Amino acid sequence: MTEQGTWKVKTGLAEMLKGGVIMDVTNPEQAKIAEDAGACAVMALERVPADIREAGGVARMADPTIIKNIMESVTIPVMAKARIGHFVEAQLLQAVGVDYIDESEVLTPVDDEHHIDKKQFKVPFVCGARNLGEALRRIGEGAAMIRTKGEPGTGNLVEAVRHMRIVMGEIRKIQNMASEELMHEAKKMGTPYELLVEVANNERLPVVNFAAGGIATPADAAMMMQLGCDGIFVGSGIFKSNDPSDRAKAIVSSTTHYDDPELLAKISCDLGDAMPGLEISSINKEQRMQDRGW
Amino acid sequence: MVKILIGVLALQGAFREHQKMFEYCGIKTVQVRMPEQLNNIDALVIPGGESTTMSKLLVEYDLLNPIIELGQKGLPIMGTCAGLVLLAREIVNSNQQPVLQLMDIKVKRNAFGRQRESFETDLDITELGELPLRAVFIRAPYVVSAGENVKVLSSFKNKIICVEQQNLIGVAFHPELTKDIRLHRYFINKIPV
Repeated sequence: MTEQGTWKVKTGLAEMLKGGVIMDVTNPEQAKIAEDAGACAVMALERVPADIREAGGVARMADPTIIKNIMESVTIPVMAKARIGHFVEAQLLQAVGVDYIDESEVLTPVDDEHHIDKKQFKVPFVCGARNLGEALRRIGEGAAMIRTKGEPGTGNLVEAVRHMRIVMGEIRKIQNMASEELMHEAKKMGTPYELLVEVANNERLPVVNFAAGGIATPADAAMMMQLGCDGIFVGSGIFKSNDPSDRAKAIVSSTTHYDDPELLAKISCDLGDAMPGLEISSINKEQRMQDRGW
Repeated sequence: MVKILIGVLALQGAFREHQKMFEYCGIKTVQVRMPEQLNNIDALVIPGGESTTMSKLLVEYDLLNPIIELGQKGLPIMGTCAGLVLLAREIVNSNQQPVLQLMDIKVKRNAFGRQRESFETDLDITELGELPLRAVFIRAPYVVSAGENVKVLSSFKNKIICVEQQNLIGVAFHPELTKDIRLHRYFINKIPV
């Protein structure tokens, strides 16, 4: 029997992206630069997170024309973002034919209680998470890929590290629990019990987990890989730096060779200035993107 | 068990899944990211992933020519999905240049469509026995045409999706995403004892 949109087909694409870098792009020229640098996919956006943060106001799904133009310019998979809870934006993105939908906290949520029922879609979803409970809630709703949130558009790695350490630490913790403790833990975490049991048994998330939110250098990418993620999202870090092409190539190489410090040192030479960074404490609580999502 | 070591190209993509399949067959694997890691292997697998990403890293880290030489000398090599694209002599309708050019086949990338059109299905492959093989196709390529020395192992809707040419196997789908190890076993049997 031939079937489309199955769990295997949805999670399978994420498996193929592993060990790769997914780059935010806002036009076909940037998409080409990303593809030529070896990106395994691009995220088509109207503005990168740093610019969304600067512009303020409500951030929405990109104009489908922008997404279509980017889809036509490259052969690698193209992802695009819908607002948290905005299932119609997701329907449009599926109709446009994007390869993955990111239900993303980078955009302004439209529903402050519910996420999209992602099982209704043929196109797979990636969602952000700061801890194991949040990751498993999203997977319970049908997300076929997770990315730890970090704090997008800051060029500051501290939140990405925090979220990856929390997720990996919680996985280590529950795999050492007695089976009777798991129901109580699921209740505390607010997470589906069956998924928590699956994580405890397999000692990993049921889907691929990328790092995101603040990655700006090859060393940042390699550190996230060493902390245990499966791949890297770079948002503003590439096209807000002063030599996007070289930096993009260097981040791709450092993601592949993440455990080879001598090579990483070579890769990191002569890249020019990274994106300007933001101190997290300088961001108002209401403007912290990572707190969006329930 | 004979001591066999299979290299799995680990630049990007689903290399760990291939390693698990071989480990399940009781065979040791090694991740290949640098040329010296090709030295002691008895076979090589090029996994699914993004063929453009892998081809750039193959060139940048000087893996291209050593792999071509090994393939020409008879080292068993299996490419799945992106791996099939990398093995092909010619890629049609794409700005991507052919890479290893070891197999006498023309392939089309993303030939079944985008992710929305990706699918799983049952395939009959005589060489693997009577039971159908569950196959996962993700933005998969297919073989547009194959040379006389290429044996077609399987087709789906009249598109060639699994081929064999002496020491080489090219697969458009992802045997590493299922628990069926028959294709991996078939590949292992290509290794001279």
